[in-house]
Amino acid sequence: MANELYRGKLLNISDLSIHFFIEEGTVHAVNGLNIALAPGETIGLVGETGAGKTTTALGIMRLVQSPPGMVVEGKIEFEGRDLLEISEAEMRKVRGSKISMIFQDPMTSLNPTIPVRDQIAEVVLLHENVSAQQALFKAEEMLEKVGIRKERSREYPHQFSGGMRQRVGIAIALACNPALLISDEPTTALDVTIQAQVLELMKDLKVEFNTAMIMITHDLGIVAEICDKVAIMYAGSVVETADKYELFKNPKHPYTIGLFNSLPDIEKDEDRLVPIKGLMPDPMNLPPGCPFHPRCDRAMPQCSEIVPENTEVADGHVVRCLLYEAEHNKEKGV
Amino acid sequence: MSVLLEVKNLKKYFKTKRGPLHAVDGIDFKINKGETLGLVGESGCGKSTTGRVVLRLIEATDGEVFFEGEDVLKFSKPQMRKFRENAQFVFQDPFASLNPRMSVSEIIAEPLIINKKAANKQELIKRVRELMGIVGLAEALENVYPHELDGGRRQRIGIARALALNPQFIVQDEPVSALDVSIQAQVLNLMEDLQKEFGLTYLFISHDLGVIKHMSNNIAVMYLGKIVEMSDYKSMFADPQHPYTKALLSAIPVPDPEIKRERIILEGDVPSPISPPPGCRFYGRCFARMDECKDVDPVLTEIYPGKLVACHLCKKDG
Repeated sequence: MANELYRGKLLNISDLSIHFFIEEGTVHAVNGLNIALAPGETIGLVGETGAGKTTTALGIMRLVQSPPGMVVEGKIEFEGRDLLEISEAEMRKVRGSKISMIFQDPMTSLNPTIPVRDQIAEVVLLHENVSAQQALFKAEEMLEKVGIRKERSREYPHQFSGGMRQRVGIAIALACNPALLISDEPTTALDVTIQAQVLELMKDLKVEFNTAMIMITHDLGIVAEICDKVAIMYAGSVVETADKYELFKNPKHPYTIGLFNSLPDIEKDEDRLVPIKGLMPDPMNLPPGCPFHPRCDRAMPQCSEIVPENTEVADGHVVRCLLYEAEHNKEKGV
Repeated sequence: MSVLLEVKNLKKYFKTKRGPLHAVDGIDFKINKGETLGLVGESGCGKSTTGRVVLRLIEATDGEVFFEGEDVLKFSKPQMRKFRENAQFVFQDPFASLNPRMSVSEIIAEPLIINKKAANKQELIKRVRELMGIVGLAEALENVYPHELDGGRRQRIGIARALALNPQFIVQDEPVSALDVSIQAQVLNLMEDLQKEFGLTYLFISHDLGVIKHMSNNIAVMYLGKIVEMSDYKSMFADPQHPYTKALLSAIPVPDPEIKRERIILEGDVPSPISPPPGCRFYGRCFARMDECKDVDPVLTEIYPGKLVACHLCKKDG
C-alpha cells in the first residue's frame, strides 16, 4: 500500500492513532497518521489548533498522558525499532539524547530555579559518560553555539529575554546531538525580528549537527523557509504531503488550497480573503467519511460516506481526497 | 476627506520602581473618516497603550486627542459617556474580554441597557438579534455562554458588542491574533464588510504585517514608544525607508519557497523602555547607524508627499 511511499530511513510512523478517553466520550486526536523522515531531513507539520500536531509529537516521545490518552494503533519506527514496543527504561535513553524536543513557550519549559548552564549540563550528565565538570564545559560550549556568551551561563531563565530563552531551549535539545529534533511552534511566542534570528540559528545548527527535524507550525511562511517536506494535518490525519516546492506550487487538497487562500499575502494586493467556511470539527464527534467534507467547496455526495485513501498524484506527493482518488484509479485502469 | 481622529504629541509614561516607563513617547497621527490606520510593531512598542490612551481606558500623561475637532482628553464625565458611544474597543483575547457568567445575548445587550437605547424589552431583543445577524452569529446561540464557543465566534460577540451603540470609530487591538488562519480570514472579511456598510473608522493594532497590509489605508510603524515611519500601505511595502521597517519586512517568512529574499537579521533585543537611549532608539540594533544617531533623536519628517520617516539617513532632499 501507500506505506511503501513512507519508507524513510530514520523515522517511519505508520497508521498512528491516539485517542483520549474522557468522561464525555472519546477524543480522536490523531487518526491513521503516516510520516517518514530521512536523516537530516526536515518536515513541516502544519495545521490549525486541534489538528493533532502536538499530540503527534508527544506520541513520538511517548509523553502522551495516560490515562486518558492512549496510542490505540500504529507503529513509530525510529532507527529500526518500534518506539511503542520498547520498555520505559529504554525510552528514557532515547528521550533527550536520540530524540529531543523544543517547546513553544520558553518561559514554562525551563526551570526557573536552576541556572541555564546547569539545565543544559543535566541532559549531558544523564546521557553521556562524562564528569560533572565536563558536562558543565559542554553546556557552556552549547550556549556559545546558540549565541549566548559564556559569562551569562550562570544566570537564571528570568534574566533572559524570550528569544534568548528559546536559544537556551535549543541548546538543551541539541546538547546530546540527537538524530531527531521535534520543534513545537518554537517561534510562535517571539516577535518577528527575534523569530528571524532564531530561525536562522536553527537552520545553521541543523546543518552543523545533521539533525532531522519535525517542525510543528501553523505558519506556512516558516515551512517555506526551513523545511524540506510538508505534511498538512486536518482533524488528526495528514491530508496532504509533498516536497516543499511541489506543495507550494501545486497544492491539491481543498483544505491546503483553503489555507493558502486564507492568508493575507504581503506580495500581492488582494481585495478580499477567501476563508474556509465553517469551523474545525469536534474531535469527539468527527464527521463520517472525509473529515473535511462539511467545509469543503468541492465536496461530492460520496465524501460523507467514504474515508479517502492516500493517492500519490505525483512523485512523493500524496493526497487524501476522493477527487484525486477517482482520477488516479481511472488512469491506472482500476 | 475629513479627519475623524487626530492625535498630537501623545505621551503615556507608567510609574515603575526603576523610573518612568516611556510606553508612548510623543506620537502624532491622523485618521480620516471611513479609513483604517494600521499600527504595527513588536511587543512592548506601545501600540496597545496607544489604543487604550486614545479611548481613555487609561489616562494620557501628555498630549491631545481630537475627535471631530474636540479634545477627548479634556472631556468631562458626561461628555466621555457620549464619546464612548461613538468610539468602541475590540480586545485581543476573546476568552478574557467576555464575562463568562453572561450569555451571548446579555453581553450584546449590556451596552444598550446601560445607555438606555431600547424603549422596552421587545425592542432590546430585536436589536440584539439584529446585531447577531450582522456579525454572523446564529440566533440559536442567544442563550449559550462564551465558554461553549470557539475563538472566532467569541470574537464575533466582541464585535457585535462594539457595534451595539452605532459607533463611528473602533479601536481593534490585535483582534485576530488569537485565531487560526481559516477563522482569521472570516473575521477580517467581516470587519471589512462592516466598515463599508456602516462607514466605520478603525485604528487597527497588530503585530502581523500581512494582516495590517490587508486591512489598512495607512500604516504607522512603532518602535519603543515612537512612530518611526508612516505612509500609505502601498509605499510602506514598496518603499520602506526606516532601517527598522526594512528589517521588519525582511523578517516575515514568506509562504513561497521560490522567493529568496535578502534577510536583515537585527542584533540583540529591544532595549528597555524605562531608560531609553538618548538618541535614536533604534541605534543599538541598527545596521546603518551613524555617529549622529547616538545623541540626536531623529524627528518624524515628511521626506516626500505622504511618506514620514524618523531617521537621520532619510533627509528631505537626499
